[in-house]
Amino acid sequence: MSLDTAPAPQPTLVGRSGRDRWRSLRLLARNPQGIIGLVLVVLVVITAVGAPYFGLPSPTKQSLLETFMPPMWAEGGSDAHVLGTDHLGRDVLSRIVYGTRISVMVALGAAIAAAIFGVIMGVMAGYYGGRVDTFIMRVVDVQLAFPLLLLSLAVIAVLGPSITNLIIVMAITSWVTYARLVRGLSLSLRQREFVQASIALGATDWRTIFRHMLPNVYPTIVAIFTFEVARNLLIEAALSFLGLGVQPPTPTWGRMLADGRNYMMIAQWVITYPGMAIMLSVLGINMLGDAIRDIVDVKL
Amino acid sequence: MLQVISRRLMFGFIAVVAASMVVFVLTRLSGDPAVLMMPVDATIMEIDAFRERMGWNDPWVVQYGRFVWSALQGDFGTSLRHSQPAFAMVMDHMPATLQLAFTAMLFAIVVSVPLGIITAARRGTWIDGLGQLFATFGQSVPNFWLAIMLIAFLAVEHRLLPVAGRGTVLHLVLPSLTIAVGVIAIVMRLTRTSMLEVITEDYIRTARGKGLPEWRILIKHAARNIMIPVVTIIGLRFGYILGSAVVVETVFAWPGVGYFTLQAIRNADYPIVQAAVFVLAVCIILINLLVDLLYAALDPRIRMEL
Repeated sequence: MSLDTAPAPQPTLVGRSGRDRWRSLRLLARNPQGIIGLVLVVLVVITAVGAPYFGLPSPTKQSLLETFMPPMWAEGGSDAHVLGTDHLGRDVLSRIVYGTRISVMVALGAAIAAAIFGVIMGVMAGYYGGRVDTFIMRVVDVQLAFPLLLLSLAVIAVLGPSITNLIIVMAITSWVTYARLVRGLSLSLRQREFVQASIALGATDWRTIFRHMLPNVYPTIVAIFTFEVARNLLIEAALSFLGLGVQPPTPTWGRMLADGRNYMMIAQWVITYPGMAIMLSVLGINMLGDAIRDIVDVKL
Repeated sequence: MLQVISRRLMFGFIAVVAASMVVFVLTRLSGDPAVLMMPVDATIMEIDAFRERMGWNDPWVVQYGRFVWSALQGDFGTSLRHSQPAFAMVMDHMPATLQLAFTAMLFAIVVSVPLGIITAARRGTWIDGLGQLFATFGQSVPNFWLAIMLIAFLAVEHRLLPVAGRGTVLHLVLPSLTIAVGVIAIVMRLTRTSMLEVITEDYIRTARGKGLPEWRILIKHAARNIMIPVVTIIGLRFGYILGSAVVVETVFAWPGVGYFTLQAIRNADYPIVQAAVFVLAVCIILINLLVDLLYAALDPRIRMEL
């Protein structure tokens, strides 16, 4: 609506040869920001997948004799609890590591669901045009007028804060980003010779969309997807900070901050490190996203 | 012009209707509201009578119609917890949220737009690098964590600013600063990329050729032409802040709509939640309308088209 005056973005056409695919990776390797981002993302993924194999203490085991132990390098710390313990004597490092799993699961799940739905809607709007386009874009506009975070909070409170519900609610609130950008690209792709040729040759709509249009939208989707995962991580953390994320005893980053807040003056490590975990993960994904955006040369 | 405004108003109306539907469905998702609203020790007969009195045995369409009819008159029912009209209670909290959002936005604009112009003008230098770094961090830091850290260092440790609550101008500083950081990152980036695009235009070269001083070219010739995307993002962000201020409001115990609604959500006080979502949606729609009208003021070409 408000962006009607902006010119439609031009898709970068991609070839289907293998050399082209490697070119993207080589370009990424030449971009220092992209490398830092990639390293951070890989670290986050390894942490999430490998959590049970690091030999860490249980993230939920309480020990009231060992509350507020400082990190191991500080006075009074021990190497049994590398980043210290919280108000219930639970290991901070272990809680951060296990919290990664929940955050990554929710953020990725929601981004994938939103991408699938958003891309289908966007391509349909761009390909069919006319009433389909008007209808889908109206829905998008209407949704942009909602106070989404507050509405998500209310819906999650009603449905119950399970992982599945979190993923569904977050996906519903974020598919419009994909739909709008993909629609813009599809509109201009629809006019290109190779798409017109495909239609003229009698290809089915399905074939034209999947064989000829989607491959050219793909680089943009990858770029949006990356930023959306980062955004989802922040939203998930915010939801669990407000007490509407995955419920205790499951450790989540946001909940650690909410609990630790009351003790920040006597044990700053209970809020410093979970916060840094969120920030570094989001930072890594955003840096990777920036690099991808530069490579595929889309304006987001 | 009038035609465009009326079309926009029409669209705004559709959006408000959609908002009302979502808000209506929200309460029905929770199962039987009668059980929820009645005291725990109410008998089945009492609950039945209550349900009949509230009209919850009627078809959904009738119920929705009744809901819209009273919503149009600003009647969203009575708060279950406070026993006061929900709409009035939400409106009581609006000034605090608007004050916070305006201050944060003002702060963000004052910092981000000049910063975006400077980093674009000095592209590739250390100033640009520093600005970019700041933007990347600003987009990545969780605002509630930033808020806690700011409270710990500025409010508790050095006692420079109040920890929480609303009252003096000083109370505004930390919450609006926290909200502004994220906005600064986004607006600054957009300003920078828009500037970089405009700077390669012919009329900028002409201005340079005329020997105009660089600052004059940047401000009079380039900056004016990036107003449309910048105003768009500022408008969209402002609406977004209204709906997402809940996090920062909660950390600072700022008595705004977000904080108030979060408490209502926790207490299953649905009339309040409905009224709040509705009021905020109307605010966001009005802001978008305002942005559209601003276009015409900014760009004579659009004014002609209207």
